[in-house]
Amino acid sequence: MSEAVAIDVQGLSKSFDGKRVVNNLSLQVPRGEIFGFLGPNGSGKTTSIRMLCGLLIPDAGEGKCLGYDVIRETAQIKREVGYMTQRFSLYEDLSVRENMDFVARIYGVENRERVVNAAIERLGLAQRRDQLAGTLSGGWKQRLALATTTLHNPKLLLLDEPTAGVDPKARRDFWLAIHDLAAEGITVLVSTHYMDEAERCHRLAYLSYGHILAQGTPSEVVTNSGLTTWMVKGANLNQLAEDLRGLSDAAQIVPFGDALHVSGTDAERLEAALAPYLAQADLTWTRTQPGLEDVFIQLVSEAVEEKT
Amino acid sequence: MSRFSWPSFVAIVVKEFIQMRRDRLTFAMMVGIPMIQLALFGFAINSDPRHLPTAVINADQSEFSRTFLAALKNSGYFELTRVVQSEAEANRLLDEGEVQFVVTIPAQFSRDLLRGERPSLLVEADATDPSATGNAIAALNELARSALAHDLKGSAQGAAGGANAVELIIHRRYNPEGITQHNIVPGLMGVILTMTMIMMTGLAITRERERGTMEHLLAMPVNPLEVMLGKIMPYILVGYIQVILILAASTFIFNVPIQGSLLLLLLCVLLFIAANLSVGIMFSTIARNQMQAMQMTFFFFLPSMLITGFMFPFRGMPVWAQRVGEILPLTHFLRLVRGIMLKGNGALETLPHLWPMALFMLVVIALGLKRFKRTLD
Ligand SMILES: Nc1ncnc2c1ncn2[C@@H]1O[C@H](COP(=O)(O)OP(=O)(O)O)[C@@H](O)[C@H]1O
Ligand SMILES: [Mg+2]
Repeated sequence: MSEAVAIDVQGLSKSFDGKRVVNNLSLQVPRGEIFGFLGPNGSGKTTSIRMLCGLLIPDAGEGKCLGYDVIRETAQIKREVGYMTQRFSLYEDLSVRENMDFVARIYGVENRERVVNAAIERLGLAQRRDQLAGTLSGGWKQRLALATTTLHNPKLLLLDEPTAGVDPKARRDFWLAIHDLAAEGITVLVSTHYMDEAERCHRLAYLSYGHILAQGTPSEVVTNSGLTTWMVKGANLNQLAEDLRGLSDAAQIVPFGDALHVSGTDAERLEAALAPYLAQADLTWTRTQPGLEDVFIQLVSEAVEEKT
Repeated sequence: MSRFSWPSFVAIVVKEFIQMRRDRLTFAMMVGIPMIQLALFGFAINSDPRHLPTAVINADQSEFSRTFLAALKNSGYFELTRVVQSEAEANRLLDEGEVQFVVTIPAQFSRDLLRGERPSLLVEADATDPSATGNAIAALNELARSALAHDLKGSAQGAAGGANAVELIIHRRYNPEGITQHNIVPGLMGVILTMTMIMMTGLAITRERERGTMEHLLAMPVNPLEVMLGKIMPYILVGYIQVILILAASTFIFNVPIQGSLLLLLLCVLLFIAANLSVGIMFSTIARNQMQAMQMTFFFFLPSMLITGFMFPFRGMPVWAQRVGEILPLTHFLRLVRGIMLKGNGALETLPHLWPMALFMLVVIALGLKRFKRTLD
């Protein structure tokens, strides 16, 4: 096995009822990295993750997860992977401690009691250890799930939309926790439909309708998109946005705080098209790096155009 | 595939125990079902009913007949609800279930009695449900003797004693043989266990699937046998609690004797409980949701009631029904439990009933393992 790569799969596909949900998915995730798996709802993130940990058998494709074959060696994979499901899947009628104890027993964790107690302390759930998991708030459930998923010291964490529906502070804490885990050498694959979370990943893939539209480090993804972006500030931006939409070379006009991002795939033609507006005195134009969000929006609209 | 792992198995047993303890439905079913069934079957069939509606054809309006009828009434078993004139009318009342008994006092009853010619008294009983009439009939003889003896004291017959003064003719209609009440309660143990054990475990895996916990369970290194056996274990305890409840009721309320060894009985019960739990778990691996699991339970429960010898005598069934019945564990359990409790059977006589249950269980577990999905497909 190649030591440097945690996940290395090629051409994974999966259909449900004749509908292709994941199409020809290839992923390379280096060890110790945080890999972001982005895409809107229904794009096939959960299905892909399930194929990586042996919960679904791919219709086609092959590959390795932690050096084990994703089709034949699922038992070994399960032992070394921690999977946090999108929907809370611990037992609501067991207490915090009982849930952790159960999972620790299944994995045969050594010094079980000590490990569980330490995890509860670290979580800050010491007073709620005997509270039923079902009565915890959403944020606490997520944290409990993450702590439970890491009890057996997995080498790879698969986190399926761990921050969905969680308040911003809890979201930030969650990402801090993920970075701590990565610092310990654990590989983390985390799916999300929040685009702003892409920036927090070492590497990412963008999924749409079961296809990977882009993959790489955030800066690679931006560079490879070939997108040029202008930021404009000034008065009456709404009217400006209206006017710019008429230009065929300005592929995207997106409001961004008190500014407008205008992007296009051809830098020269975009500049030419914008020329009259660049000269306007009441507008300040700056050429800027496109954000990941600009890139993703572009990728999706291109993908839609290709389809139609 | 991964081998059976003892710690994982223990983990599932512990978890199931905790969940069972917190689940009110389990507790309600554990105690409620035996109570309801015992009340329905046990009391309805095996109680000692009194004030049974009785029709009288009195062709001999005399002091003696009046005394006899008063004695019937005073015994508490008979309630003289109808006085009829003809045999035909009495028959109709019996047919329709209007009355349980028809007592016919012939003409010249008192004359024959005084002459010492042993007049006959005809009692016809609706014995569809024999236990309903059994005690009343048993009381009749003594009742006739003592009532008439008093009235005959001064007469010519007085010296001869009232014992044989009348000839009591009893016709048990509709069900001349009858089942003894002792048959019912041990059988109920099997019926109750079949129902609750299958229902409880039938929900075990579908519940995990419906609540979404299956996804996490399957993502962990567990194998199907650990899950299935781990889920069965706690319910064995539930089964034993039910058995103890039923045995207590059977001994103290219904006075059913236990002729054989209680220990042997409890050992054999283990196999029967396990066999039913495997059926439940197997259903659980097939059913898509809890509703389907329930339906499957009843699908299995009905033949278990009807063609195993619980409701109807096994030997009275058509051959095909007997063949099917032989597959069901309840058939063998009924023979076994009745054998031990009523006939005092020992281990040797019990063995032929044990292996069919064991075989059934192995096949069912194998089916369950085959059906158990390791993936979410
Ligand atoms: N078990 C299944 N059976 C049928 N369709 C499914 C199943 N799981 C997912 N799908 C469909 O596959 C598509 C992708 O789902 P999913 O992988 O859950 O996407 P995501 O996690 O990105 O929201 C959706 O259209 C969903 O309805
Ligand atoms: Mg999803």
